[in-house]
Amino acid sequence: MPKLNLVSHFEAALLFALFSSIVLGIVTKKTDKERLQYGLRCFAYFVGSVFVIGWLMYFGHR
Amino acid sequence: MANTSTSAGTSTPAFRAWLPVVALGWLIPGGGHFLLHRRGRGALVSLSVIMMFVLGLMMRGPMFQPQTGDLLTTIIYTGGFIGDVCSGILYFLAVWLGYAQPDVAGHVHDYGAKFLVAAGLLNVLALTDAYEIAIGKKD
Repeated sequence: MPKLNLVSHFEAALLFALFSSIVLGIVTKKTDKERLQYGLRCFAYFVGSVFVIGWLMYFGHR
Repeated sequence: MANTSTSAGTSTPAFRAWLPVVALGWLIPGGGHFLLHRRGRGALVSLSVIMMFVLGLMMRGPMFQPQTGDLLTTIIYTGGFIGDVCSGILYFLAVWLGYAQPDVAGHVHDYGAKFLVAAGLLNVLALTDAYEIAIGKKD
């Protein structure tokens, strides 16, 4: 199996967010439209959290 | 598939209704949904769990082995092991084919370990969904 060595924190977090959001969307809501909306919202929350926590860590280490 | 047994005056879902679904869903990610003829959802669950697991392997994430000691060690290693095993056949295939990555320092390896555990936890979420469909609580 090829080794994936060049992935950054951000890329890894995006991949994690993508697949987690898909499953969260599928298992949580009842209609396909609601699932899509919830999945997209979860993905946005994940990515938003990455930026917020990233900035918090940046200022926390200054 | 909303079979229920009403022994002792309580309404509990019959084993036959959900056990095959949960067992297949654990062993093959998305299998429970396929058994319930939810092919679209099954395919997406399967894709997500398999991709997460394969990415974890490609990042050379170590598999957790159950360890005891102080409380934190027990929770992290035993919980991580349970998370790994929840991926079903993916975990067993990786182990049977000789995947034994040592726990080394580095953020990519660290992410890999988390991806492997998260794949199992996503499969548990999918199992819960399949269970609720099987007992008729959800469509």
